[in-house]
Amino acid sequence: MKDLTIANTNFHSRLLLGSGKFSSNQIMAEAIEASGTQLVTVAMKRVDVSKNESDIGNFLRRLNVQLLPNTSGARNAKEAILAAELGREALETNWMKLEIHPDPRYLLPDPVETLSAAIELVKRGFIVLPYLHADPVLCKKLEDAGTAAVMPLGSPIGSNKGLQTRSMLEIIIRESKIPVIVDAGIGAPSHAAEALEMGADAVLVNTAIAVAEDPVTMGRAFRLAVEAGRMAFESKLGAVSPFAEASSPLTAFLD
Amino acid sequence: MKFLFSGITIRVTKKVIESNFVVALLANSKMESAAYSQSAAAAVHSSFREVFDQYSWDEVSERIYSKTEADVIGALENAGNASINDFMALVSPVALKYVEEMAQRSHRITRKRFGNVIQMYIPLYLSNECQNICTYCGFSFDNRIERLTLNEDQALREVEAIKAMGYDHILLVTGEANRTVGVDYLEKMVKLIRPQFSGIMIEVQPLEQHEYERLIEAGVSSVLVYQETYHEENYRIYHTKGKKSNFHYRLDTPDRIGRAGAHRIGLGALLGLEDWRVDSFFTALHLDYLEKTYWKTKYSISFPRLRPAVGCQQPNHPMSDKELVQLICAWRIFNENLELSLSTRESQQFRNHAVKLGITSISAGSKTNPGEYANHFHALEQFEVSDGRSPREVADMISSHGYEPVWKDWDKVF
Repeated sequence: MKDLTIANTNFHSRLLLGSGKFSSNQIMAEAIEASGTQLVTVAMKRVDVSKNESDIGNFLRRLNVQLLPNTSGARNAKEAILAAELGREALETNWMKLEIHPDPRYLLPDPVETLSAAIELVKRGFIVLPYLHADPVLCKKLEDAGTAAVMPLGSPIGSNKGLQTRSMLEIIIRESKIPVIVDAGIGAPSHAAEALEMGADAVLVNTAIAVAEDPVTMGRAFRLAVEAGRMAFESKLGAVSPFAEASSPLTAFLD
Repeated sequence: MKFLFSGITIRVTKKVIESNFVVALLANSKMESAAYSQSAAAAVHSSFREVFDQYSWDEVSERIYSKTEADVIGALENAGNASINDFMALVSPVALKYVEEMAQRSHRITRKRFGNVIQMYIPLYLSNECQNICTYCGFSFDNRIERLTLNEDQALREVEAIKAMGYDHILLVTGEANRTVGVDYLEKMVKLIRPQFSGIMIEVQPLEQHEYERLIEAGVSSVLVYQETYHEENYRIYHTKGKKSNFHYRLDTPDRIGRAGAHRIGLGALLGLEDWRVDSFFTALHLDYLEKTYWKTKYSISFPRLRPAVGCQQPNHPMSDKELVQLICAWRIFNENLELSLSTRESQQFRNHAVKLGITSISAGSKTNPGEYANHFHALEQFEVSDGRSPREVADMISSHGYEPVWKDWDKVF
C-alpha cells in the first residue's frame, strides 16, 4: 500500500486517532498501539502546559506517535489562533488540527471563522489540518489558502452515523489536490473501510474506539478495516453495473 | 389560562423562541467575526418570563401526575431526541417503575457523548456574609453566627491548599452582601486566582449584565445560578427579606448571563423545597429556552438536594435516593449534551453509583465554610458535607469504575 503523505511527511497508517473519552491513559496507549496509528490528536484544553507527569500531553509525548494538537473549545478564529500558538509551544509541533465550533452541543464547524483562521495560521508557519463541513467549495478555498489537508465530516461528531455526507465527500475526493481525511461520525470499522474504498486518504476515529467495551480490540478492527478499504481502492473496485452482459449492442458495428 | 397546553399556545411559544434565534443568527453574521459576543441576542432582549408566564404550576403538576406507563415507554424510545413532554413523563411518579431502564439508557447516552471521563472541580467559599433571609440556608441573615469574608492573603492560602489537591477548575461561592462582597470584590478575587486555574466558575448573587461582562473579562468562564423554586407564590415564603426576595429578578438572571456571553450557565432548583417534579419541569423549560436563545453557551444542571443545616427548616417535599436517580437519568435522556454535576451534599455510597448514571462532573474534598482549606477558621458552613473523602480517594473510586478523572478541560486562552 502507498504511504499517506501530508506536508512531505509519510505515514504507513491511514488511521488517525483522537485521544478524548478514554477510561485511562493506559487503555488509550494500548488502543493506539493496536490501531497502528501514527498521528494522534490531542485537545489543547486538556493539556496542562505547566507540569505534571499524569498530564495527557506529557503521556502522549512518550508514545511513538506524532501529535496533532487541536483547537477544540475555540469558538472563533481569534481563540483558535491563541490555542494553536499554545499547542506549538507546549507540544513543540507546528502541526495543528484546526477546529472551531461556536455551538457547544453539536460541535459543528464554523466555515467562516475556519477559513479566516486557516489563512492566518498558514502565514504563521503552521501545518494546518482543518475540520469542516463536507463542503467542496470550502475545501478548495482552504486548499488555496495553503492547508496541508482537509478534514470534512462524515456526520455530526460523536454520532456514529457513518458517511451521511457521501455525495459531497465524493466530489471533495475527486477534486482535492491535498489529502482528504474523513473526520467525525465514523462509528464502525465498516464506515472507515467505506471511506477508504471511496478514495479518502485517511480517516480520524475517536468515540467509536474510546467508548467500545474493548477499545484495544476495536482499535485493531479499525486498523484492519482501513487497510482493507485502502487495498480495495488501490486495486480498483469493479464498477457497479446494472447490466449483466459485457456486449455493446449499440457500438458493436464499429468492430 | 385554561388554554395553556393547547397546541396553539405551545406553537406560539416555540415561534417566539425560534424567531429570536434567527434574529440572533442574522445579527451575528454582521458582527466583527473575531469578537465573541452574544450582544445580538441582547438587541432582541428576549426573556424567559414570556415563556414562563404561559404556564401555571398547578396545571403542570396535574399533567405530570397524569402521565401513564405508555408515556414513559414512549419517552424512553425517544432517548437522545426527547421533547419537554417526554421529560414530564420521565419525572412522573409512574416512571419510578422504569428507573433501571432509565439508568441504562442514561449510562449509554452519557458514555457515547462524553466518553469515560468525569470532570473534577472544587468549591471555594469566599464569604458567608449574607443580607438575605432564606429559610433553608445556613448563611441566612437571621442565623446569629460569626460572619467572615476572605481577604487576598487568606484566599491565596486557600488556593495553595486547593492546588496541592490537584485541582484546576474552581467554583467561587459567596452569599449576597453587596457592600462587602460586591462585583469589585469578586473581580479582584477572580484576577488574583486566575493565573492558577484553567476554569473559574462562580456561584454568587445575581448581577447585572455589565457586571457579568466584567467578571467574564476578568476570567470567569461559568456562572451558576439556581432559581431555588419556580413556585412564584411560595418563593416569597422561603425568601422573606433581602434582594433575593425578588422572584422575577432572579428568574431573569440567566438571560443576563447569556447576554453577557458566559461560556457556561449552570441551572438548578433546590430539590425538596417544593415538589421537585414540577420544579424540574420548569428548569427544563428554562434550559430549553436558553439553549435556543444563547446557542453558543454550554449548560449544566446541578442537583442540590435539601439537607439539614444549622437552624433551618427540614425539606417540605423530601426526595428519596431513588427519585434523585430518576431525575438524573430523566435529564440525560432529555438532553444528551448537558453537563450534570453532583456535589458532596450527597453521600459516599450514592456518589459511588452516580458516576455511572449520567453525571459528568463531581466535586470532592469540599468545605462549605470560608477559610477551611488552609486557614481553619471553622466558620459557619452553608450545608453539611456528606461525602468527606479526599479528592484522591474520590478520583480512585472513579478510576475503579473505569472512568478517567479529568482535572483540566478548559484553557485560559478561551
